[in-house]
Amino acid sequence: MKIRGFPYRFRIETRKDNPGWMGLVSSVLGVVLALIVGGFVLRAAGATDPVATYREIFKEGFGTLADWRAGIQALFRNGACQKGLLCFGPISDTLVKASPILLTTLACILAFRMKLWNIGADGQLFLGAWAATGVALFLMPKTTGRPIMLLVMALAGITAGMLYGAIPGFLKAWLNINEIITTLMLNYVAYKWIEYFVVVGPWSIGDFESTGRFPTVATWPRLTEFADRVPILAGLTAHPGILLGIITALLLAWILFRSRWGYQIRVIGDNPKAARYAGINLKWNILLVMMFSGALAGLAGMNEVASMRILTGRLQRGYGFTGVIVAWLARLNPLTAIFVAVLFGGLLVGTQLIQPQGISSMLQGVILFVVIGTELLFRYRVRIEKIEVSTPAVSESPNVD
Amino acid sequence: MTDIVTDNAFEMRGIVKRFPGVLANDHIDFSSYVGEVHALLGENGAGKSTLMNVLAGLYRPEAGEIIVGGQRVSFHSPQEAITHGIGMVHQHFMLVASHSVAENMVLGLDRPRFFLNLTQVEEQVAALAEQYSLSVNPRAKIWELSVGEQQRVEVLKMLFRGTKILIMDEPTAVLTPQEVEALFHTLRDMTKGGHTIIFISHKLDEVVAIADRVTVLRRGKVTAAGVTAKGTTKAQLAKLMVGREILFQVEKKDAQPGVMVLKVENVQAENDRGLPALRGITLQVHAGEIVGIAGVAGNGQRELAEVLTGLRKAAGGIMMFGDKVLGPSTKWLELGKQLAHIPEDRAIYGSVPGLSVAENLILKCFQRPPIAAGLAINSKAVHQNAVKLVDQYDIATPTVETPVRMLSGGNLQKLILARETSGHPQLMIAVHPTRGLDVGATEAVHRLLIEQRDAGAAILLISEDLDELISLSDRMAVMYEGQIVGEMTTREANIQTIGLMMAGTKVVA
Repeated sequence: MKIRGFPYRFRIETRKDNPGWMGLVSSVLGVVLALIVGGFVLRAAGATDPVATYREIFKEGFGTLADWRAGIQALFRNGACQKGLLCFGPISDTLVKASPILLTTLACILAFRMKLWNIGADGQLFLGAWAATGVALFLMPKTTGRPIMLLVMALAGITAGMLYGAIPGFLKAWLNINEIITTLMLNYVAYKWIEYFVVVGPWSIGDFESTGRFPTVATWPRLTEFADRVPILAGLTAHPGILLGIITALLLAWILFRSRWGYQIRVIGDNPKAARYAGINLKWNILLVMMFSGALAGLAGMNEVASMRILTGRLQRGYGFTGVIVAWLARLNPLTAIFVAVLFGGLLVGTQLIQPQGISSMLQGVILFVVIGTELLFRYRVRIEKIEVSTPAVSESPNVD
Repeated sequence: MTDIVTDNAFEMRGIVKRFPGVLANDHIDFSSYVGEVHALLGENGAGKSTLMNVLAGLYRPEAGEIIVGGQRVSFHSPQEAITHGIGMVHQHFMLVASHSVAENMVLGLDRPRFFLNLTQVEEQVAALAEQYSLSVNPRAKIWELSVGEQQRVEVLKMLFRGTKILIMDEPTAVLTPQEVEALFHTLRDMTKGGHTIIFISHKLDEVVAIADRVTVLRRGKVTAAGVTAKGTTKAQLAKLMVGREILFQVEKKDAQPGVMVLKVENVQAENDRGLPALRGITLQVHAGEIVGIAGVAGNGQRELAEVLTGLRKAAGGIMMFGDKVLGPSTKWLELGKQLAHIPEDRAIYGSVPGLSVAENLILKCFQRPPIAAGLAINSKAVHQNAVKLVDQYDIATPTVETPVRMLSGGNLQKLILARETSGHPQLMIAVHPTRGLDVGATEAVHRLLIEQRDAGAAILLISEDLDELISLSDRMAVMYEGQIVGEMTTREANIQTIGLMMAGTKVVA
């Protein structure tokens, strides 16, 4: 790039060596820069002290150090703290929020590893939620055992997400239709699909824009349910969703880095031409990866309704998009994703009470922006070099060199 | 303070251009008179395009000087070359597909500054098109045009910008014979109007048909400077182009051909543009022999290799690998190691840049034990395999976990050879296996190919390097325009005859 009248020019060249620590640096840098930019926005929105606001968000999302100390004491010496284990309330809420984020993140990681840009995890999540709800309310008898019920719901969610992911997968593989457009648009189809069922359609109950409450067997058991036996657990909202997420993350890590299929996915993602040269079937793998990606998002949907115990028209949108951001921040590593998802869960919980409401989305957006921006800087090197002044031969002596 | 006196349109003196591992232009002198068609002839990789990219301001030479219109110039960009009247029509057109012809004309120009009078541009374009019989509708969108028409737009674009020296990089490669005729007509009109045309080509027939003078490049050096085309025969040009001396002498025993491994009969295929690329290829390769395919690039060699390795569909004909028919039902992934393929471009097809050396070494065998262990991949076996092959094939890499994008070209090629040959393949398709390698790496690759042959592999060697072909092959075939135009044992091979065949002249034996 050259700017007229400016004696330097910028050259962008690819770096061959990008050491592993660069990824970490750019992720951390992304978060820090986002917080700085967010600080100015908070200031403009009327917060006199953005740092205090951040401290508040962090406290709401993860609790204070004192809380943690008291909570740990309570674990060993029952009753030492008045609140008991409720000292862990914030982190417990955060883990609940983190589980759908983690599952959609894994959905994104799987697809992104093959350079399939599935930004439709949100829609796949909605369809998963819808299918799990249908199974819980209308298909299975209320007397079903809890594990069986939850398992069937999970399978329903997985299947629905899988089929919904198969649509863009098929279109991409056989007709080469851009998956970014199709997955994005299918999100809105899914939103309206749910709206039809719970607002105007067959599943709504009276004037409430929602289904009826799930029977207890169709909901995640929360820690607080065991309070009658272990009183100290009272008030804690945490449920097995986060464990499900962690187990899935471990499984996905195994698939990507240790299995034959994962190897194929990584080869295709890095160089599809070499994959074809090796005889790997691109079409089927595109379809399969989109289906499995959809399945993970569908599982997130099941997790969400089993947690909310109800399907409403206001089922929270955006987990799928948060998944995109977390996936990048975690450098497409399923294990790193666990920690980043918890961080983002905390961000969501912590900003719930912050006005204006968009703060968490704004911070997420800035983080993604900076992470992708810095990624570019790490892939490429920007060289600034001086331009030699070129003079026509007539004005210089003819015996050059 | 005087202008340099010359009747040349431009002069290039002592141009040196180096790429990593290659000396593309080795002190080249090149000049052209005003108003002539000057052909720049040479095989692929001879340095023709590089030299012209230097002239057109795309590359900066490491040494040497360029004189245009009596002035010493130094271009930092194609724009600067254009202001000196030099324009280049590349093999890949630089047009905006969704814009109209007229809009493409003004793209990147400084004038007009604010208000674009497109009607005026359209009129100018129409006038130019009329003058040089380059019929094209100025309002048409680029995507609506055929390749030949797009080329005309490129030429018009250069005329519109006031180009006096027009460089055309293999302009006929994309054209039908009729379009070639029309193009030649235009070029002659242009030279009459005082334009100078540099015509890059490796096709002798065309060069003789259109050029006034010819400069031949070979391996980055000038082997003939500005000889008049009239008094020169194609045979002479062919000799200048492909050279004579055999540079590498590979030690090898006589071949012991065994059973027929590859049998190709009347195979046809299309290229990426849907034009016929293979027009009835018939060929056999036996165990324990190397069959070399000679030919100038773009005559169907790439398509032949791709058809044989399942990367491209054959439109007709039969291919037999032993007693197996190769075709749509072939499970290429399972054929894996029996059929080795050294692809034309190691970075594009042969390797996965972000994956490690170890992971790249299992690309062809990850579906079978010992690498495959059920659904999983046995990481220990992957590691052992890599350590063994890195040692055996002398691949220089810091660790086996290093991503292969960090490897040099020679080491990458060794890695591919290690992967492809370590499983004792029955058939090996090697395409330009030493392109861009230094002497040491080239020798190593040659030795490996001979070893494989002696171990009983049937080898089909496709190369543009005649020296390599003659020193390695036991039999040779020459490809021209998708057909085999001659076949001979290497003993009876005569480099002049081969050169002529490569240039499309039928030789009666």
